[in-house]
Amino acid sequence: MDIDVQKVAMLARIRLTDDEAAELGPQLSEILGYVDQLAAVNTDGIKPTAHPHDAAMPLRANVVTNGNQRDALQAVAPKTESGLYVVPKVIE
Amino acid sequence: MSWEVVIGLEVHCQINTDTKAFCGCSTAFGAEPNTQTCPVCLGMPGQLPVLNALAVDKTILTGLAIDAQINLESKFDRKNYFYPDLPKGYQISQFTIPLVEHGHIDITTKGRGDRRIGITRIHMEEDAGKSMHEGLDAVSHIDLNRSGIPLMEIVSEPDMRSSDEAIAYLKNLHQLIRFLGVSGADMEKGQFRCDANISVRRPGEPFGTRTEMKNMNSFRFIKQAIDYEVMRQIEVIEDGGKVIQESRLWDSVKNESRSMRGKEEANDYRYFPEPDLPPLRVSQERVDAIKAGMPELPHQLRERFEKEFGLSAYDADVLTQTRELSNWYEALVAAHPADPKRCANWMANELLGRLKELNKDIEHSPVSPEAFGKLMDRMGDNTISGKIAKDVLDAMIESGKDADTIIEEKGLKQVTDTGSIDAMIQEILDANQGQVEAYRGGKDKLFGFFVGQVMKASKGKANPAVVNQRLKELLKG
Repeated sequence: MDIDVQKVAMLARIRLTDDEAAELGPQLSEILGYVDQLAAVNTDGIKPTAHPHDAAMPLRANVVTNGNQRDALQAVAPKTESGLYVVPKVIE
Repeated sequence: MSWEVVIGLEVHCQINTDTKAFCGCSTAFGAEPNTQTCPVCLGMPGQLPVLNALAVDKTILTGLAIDAQINLESKFDRKNYFYPDLPKGYQISQFTIPLVEHGHIDITTKGRGDRRIGITRIHMEEDAGKSMHEGLDAVSHIDLNRSGIPLMEIVSEPDMRSSDEAIAYLKNLHQLIRFLGVSGADMEKGQFRCDANISVRRPGEPFGTRTEMKNMNSFRFIKQAIDYEVMRQIEVIEDGGKVIQESRLWDSVKNESRSMRGKEEANDYRYFPEPDLPPLRVSQERVDAIKAGMPELPHQLRERFEKEFGLSAYDADVLTQTRELSNWYEALVAAHPADPKRCANWMANELLGRLKELNKDIEHSPVSPEAFGKLMDRMGDNTISGKIAKDVLDAMIESGKDADTIIEEKGLKQVTDTGSIDAMIQEILDANQGQVEAYRGGKDKLFGFFVGQVMKASKGKANPAVVNQRLKELLKG
């Protein structure tokens, strides 16, 4: 299976040199080929599996349990200003 | 040859829960930036989401109100993309099996009659944070208080054929959501946001290539943006070009849209099942219980107002625009049960008009339904005329006093006894001999002049019906 390694890398925000992409391409194809074996299994009449765990989702009550933890949470941020996170400019 | 416009709408609606979709953080609007966040909604490693039960119930209620199918088992997926206001690098959404499918909303259109607009699905997802760019040079600022607030995404079928139909659909949906109490749906606060998928084609042909118009936060802008985009696409095609499938951003200042190309190319969301959440299962009993608690819907209320109170379709529509309006009207009718139609006319035409000038909602009306009902009573028992009632209403709004006090203080009580009215008429006739001659000579139109003079002399207090009757009599001479 042929895959566009640079496109996958771009979507994952991973920078690859052309040499690295050339090396990774066949490896990724091999992995996909391996997974492809699953296509041989006959799944007629089998319900799609949404989750390997056959459990229903527990739900949470609509009650506020968290207070203001800004100082603690922002202590690990690279940069903040007046309570806001500062990031490189995002232009739309 | 004509063009046919094809529109499908996606509405993102914030569900008005106290806490976020997957954590116990407050959703209160207007808090200091980043004071309502926790490791879950900040996307810290190792944190696990737990879904808010009320958000599920409110989505089910919305599904039931549009006659949709509720999927007793649905699942969540990750929608992957990078943006600084999405700290996890993915949004938890429902891709393959949404909670709600196959509903509809009915609209009345100009020209195409009553139309049923299909709703493909309503799925649950979480909101992203907020990015701020204005006035900043090389950086953007991020507030993550909104990150993780529960959303319903309501996706319509491409069933609308004009911007007017799109707006009719949105207004009905907006009203329904407000009635259900599932969202504040305040467009200015971004609680009800719309993206439009727009294409054009020759009638009878397959769908044309569509573009997605984003970032529209008022009904007016949505209509402008759709009309603009339709014109743009027609021009492109008639000039021999091709419409490119892309997202476009509406600029409400410049009144034009621009391509978001580049960002769109990168949009390959690589959905996959959310491994942190097992399937969402709801019981039929739960759905039935939610259905049993369904409030009266706008169209049911309209029909009831027409039937129970004899209102015109127009008045019923005006008075059921919001739950607050209909509640106020019902409280008014309870205060003045004698004449529900009078109540409707006066509330719709006089009170709402004045409130609009004061820029106030009905909830903040300076006059209560009970006080307004008293004013209706005084018209009903002929204490004051309709004309005087308008002045009394102005005074009530200004002073906060009740109708009886104002009528008493200003001496506005209507004059109905024929003796004093005859005296007033005689004075007018004496002072206007010329006109009296002319009237008696056949100039019937002068009758209005005499009525006006008498009413003026009585400062509007003379009962108009009595004045009419007595004038006719006395003018005979």
